Amino acid sequence: MKELRYDAVVVGGGAAGMGAALELRERGFSVAIIEREECLGGILMQCIHNGFGLIEFGEELSGPEFAQRMEDRVRAAGVDAYLGTTVTEMTLGEHTPAYLRDVSSPGATLVCVSPEMGVLRISARAVVLSMGCRERNRGNIRIPGTRPSGVYTAGLAQRLVNIDGYVPGKDVVIVGSGDIGLIMARRMSWIGCKVHAVVEILPHPSGLERNIVQCLKDFGIPLYLSHLTTNIYGRDRVEGVEIAPIVNGAVDYAQARRIPCDTVLLSVGLVPENELSRNAGVELNPMTNGPWVDSGMMTNMPGVFACGNVLHVHDLVDYVVEEARRAGAFAADWLEGRRPARELRIKAGANVRYVAPAKLDPSRDNKVYLRTLVVKNDALLEVKVDNRVVRSAKKAHIQPSEMIALTLGPAELGGTGPDAAVEISIQ
Amino acid sequence: MSELTCITCPIGCRLEVETSPDGGIKVSGNRCARGAVYAREEFLTPKRVVTATCRIKGTGGAGGMGKPGESAAGSVAGGATALPAGPAGGPARGQQYRPRRVPVRTTAAFPREKIAGLLEIIYAIQVELPVVRGKVLAADLMGTGIDLIAARDM
Amino acid sequence: MNDLKGKTAPDSVFDVAIIGAGVCGANIARKLSAYELDVALLEKEEDVSFGTSKANSGIVHGGFHDSHDHLKARLELRGAMMFDRLKAELNFPFERCGIVVVARHEDDMRAIEHLYRQGVENGVIGIEMCSRERMLELEPKLSPDTVGGLYAPAGGIVEPYRFVFSLVESARKNGVELRTGFEAAQASREGGAWTIRSPGGETVRSRYVVNAAGLYADRVSAIFGAEKFEITARKGEYYLLDRATRAKPRRVVFPVPTTVSKGMLVVPTVEGTVLVGPTAEVIQNKDDFATTREALETILRSGRDMIPSISETDVIASFTGLRPILGDDFYIDMSECVPDFVQVAGIQSPGLTASPAIGEYVKDLLKKAGLRFVEKIDWDPFMPKLPQARDMTPYELDEAVRRDPAYGDIVCRCEKVSEAEIVAAIRAGHTTLDGIKYFTRAQMGRCQGGFCTYKILKILMRETGMGWAEVTKSGDGSVVLKGEL
Repeated sequence: MKELRYDAVVVGGGAAGMGAALELRERGFSVAIIEREECLGGILMQCIHNGFGLIEFGEELSGPEFAQRMEDRVRAAGVDAYLGTTVTEMTLGEHTPAYLRDVSSPGATLVCVSPEMGVLRISARAVVLSMGCRERNRGNIRIPGTRPSGVYTAGLAQRLVNIDGYVPGKDVVIVGSGDIGLIMARRMSWIGCKVHAVVEILPHPSGLERNIVQCLKDFGIPLYLSHLTTNIYGRDRVEGVEIAPIVNGAVDYAQARRIPCDTVLLSVGLVPENELSRNAGVELNPMTNGPWVDSGMMTNMPGVFACGNVLHVHDLVDYVVEEARRAGAFAADWLEGRRPARELRIKAGANVRYVAPAKLDPSRDNKVYLRTLVVKNDALLEVKVDNRVVRSAKKAHIQPSEMIALTLGPAELGGTGPDAAVEISIQ
Repeated sequence: MSELTCITCPIGCRLEVETSPDGGIKVSGNRCARGAVYAREEFLTPKRVVTATCRIKGTGGAGGMGKPGESAAGSVAGGATALPAGPAGGPARGQQYRPRRVPVRTTAAFPREKIAGLLEIIYAIQVELPVVRGKVLAADLMGTGIDLIAARDM
Repeated sequence: MNDLKGKTAPDSVFDVAIIGAGVCGANIARKLSAYELDVALLEKEEDVSFGTSKANSGIVHGGFHDSHDHLKARLELRGAMMFDRLKAELNFPFERCGIVVVARHEDDMRAIEHLYRQGVENGVIGIEMCSRERMLELEPKLSPDTVGGLYAPAGGIVEPYRFVFSLVESARKNGVELRTGFEAAQASREGGAWTIRSPGGETVRSRYVVNAAGLYADRVSAIFGAEKFEITARKGEYYLLDRATRAKPRRVVFPVPTTVSKGMLVVPTVEGTVLVGPTAEVIQNKDDFATTREALETILRSGRDMIPSISETDVIASFTGLRPILGDDFYIDMSECVPDFVQVAGIQSPGLTASPAIGEYVKDLLKKAGLRFVEKIDWDPFMPKLPQARDMTPYELDEAVRRDPAYGDIVCRCEKVSEAEIVAAIRAGHTTLDGIKYFTRAQMGRCQGGFCTYKILKILMRETGMGWAEVTKSGDGSVVLKGEL
């Protein structure tokens, strides 16, 4: 068994992993990325559509281009990448307060395996979790009916089409109007399939407006809002779905109708993939399904950081890289023995689903991300410290599927007492 | 007066387009200049960036614009599935997950009404590996001055 | 060993042909494989265990639910005792975690007492009537409303399809010929033997025939001109909860039974997930495998009555099984209408538990009917345990990868299944996505195949030479892909 030692190990080599690794390396630390696919890039490699990189690279790129540009930087910086390698176990140091932690002793041990190298045991002083997320599947949303072949999550279908070159089906119904589903509506249409409908349970679409235009309207694909998919039928292969409208919050089964099809693609949400985190003792936030992190993006386990989709599901990969670089920088600070002098808790107030990170360092700027629970035009976002409004912003349009970012710093947080309560709310 | 959403970048500004009798077009609601350009074009000549994948020379596949349902070369007819004791040809263990398609895209937004023709061109292309990111696979597509480039080093 | 399609000489006559490779057929086949007999195991689906045997609660019952004047109760008791030895020989997942039956009202205690007395009469070892405290001690996840109950420590859990797979592999190892995709569509008797024809024109000739065709035992009986009876299907819906659920009990939790069924259970599966269900709904169409919204609600409610922490958000999958119902007891007997034909029909609960004993019982019927039994001296009861990456220590895994690099490719990371195991499944004849799933557990985890399916497809095509158009989820028309770009 090979034993290796690094200052930092990054679990997952997608956009987030590469961003964090790059930052750590640029700060002079030895870094390894562990990636279970055969190449770096994560989910971007199958996202052949454009829309990436406007902020990070100043141009609009497709997913693989964005990923490979990041990879070029990562390789040039001298980050070691272990590909086709799966982490099977992760054990983290005892749960001691960070300031008591001895930075010279290993904080984490990761056991990994690959066909070429066998089992590797890697010790590291810091770990960055960037495993991304998985798709919610039929079982999670419990669509009744038979279990024929032809039911796929949109991401799996995307992989089969874009990387493996197979057509999963010819007559498609897409459940969920999330971006993955919308993108696949266009993709399937462009390879000669017929997309009969996109069915969305909410009264408004979940994906970006630009995707409604270029993936549905361009193709004349009907979008059924406020409709529940009540049944999938078919003996061996999918033969159709049944959908029913939601009226006044209740499903009207009497109005259910059938749409014949041979393929169902599910685009019904993403779940951060934190099995490894949980098993290692990392505490998760039930509202995000990602780890609780403090102002330095560190989890409850000292020296263990999280960023990207594993922390909370993002919309734009450019923000993922930005967040990941910050996580890398905080990890580097931590390795240098620097921790915030004090931290304030920030909580999600009215109409806010979650705020990440959960703590702020009042001595510097903090990039904060949040998602709202409601759809609203002309909303007012307010940040309060001890019930006193320190920042307010008008938002022309907000919806749960679009993440909101803001920066809070000494201007808002300076001069606060040690138990100051910070809250973000929307009305 | 019509409303549309700009698709130039993920922000998706809500635009308002006013047309005047003399043929002039006034755009409002855009946060950047590209939005104004988009709105004008969407009105007159809608365009889209087209992304797709191309076949790799030497791999199996029907090629063509997805005639789904056609059996590709290499499929075994009937239900017979003889199971040899070892790997039955095809790529060796380590190669099996390698991608079988090259992602490609147009270098600029392409006239929407010509996209069907463009896709036929794209699906007929076979890319010889290795290929570098940005390599022009087909230039001046359908006389538009827009190229098709590879989107991945492979 | 690999070929599921069989390779007998056209004129040969088997001694016994078993129709149906579910839990009964598989046990009978293995039992007979210990003797100098030519045995054929015929299965109409693409793989074994694809009928009711894959869709049940996976329980080795406690022996107290039925009185011993029922054949099913006697076989249940005998069968339940045989599982330890079978596990030692065949290495399928099985554990005696114990069964508790929960009383939630004082009224329930009368039913509990009846079950207790029945268990004692049946000779169940260790059966206990329990106070509330004892129940909560045995099973801390129970609702505080529990007033008492019953405990059968010998009750257990088994992975039913792995059980069937290992029985079939053992039978084949000892010379039984397996034919999948062979539906018994027509039968005739000539020259003291049966000729069985499939719709595809294949024939199998055999002196004796065992009808273990589950849901379709009535149809098979009619095809052979034997007894006329009707098997009704009673659907059971199940929900599977994530292995990380807080609601995982230690024991199998039963409610007090109704006249119709044993009720909806909460089962800690032997592989670590939790099963809730089944419902019991008589249906007209034996092809109706659909789950329903109403049943989900019923199951979750009933489950929560016993274990309050069950949450909808833990559900990762659902499925249905159809019980083959023929009256109130098993019908296992020689046919009185036609010669040399054994009926094994109406094997509903406790069918899985009883199945090893059914194997013995059928062997005895055949012996009485004149079939000569000579023991094989070289009968090998053992099936080695397939090394699985998820059970290995890092050192063991390192060693395994050294010998076979495919152990280092973790294809299903939710259930930690390596490529080597997927290849082993395929080489054992499981060439559908479901067959591979039941053999290895790949696609059964929290992502339900979202990440591993494309890898499994590639490995399957590589190993078998199948084209994309032939890969199916479970045979027949369940094709997975519809084209290639």
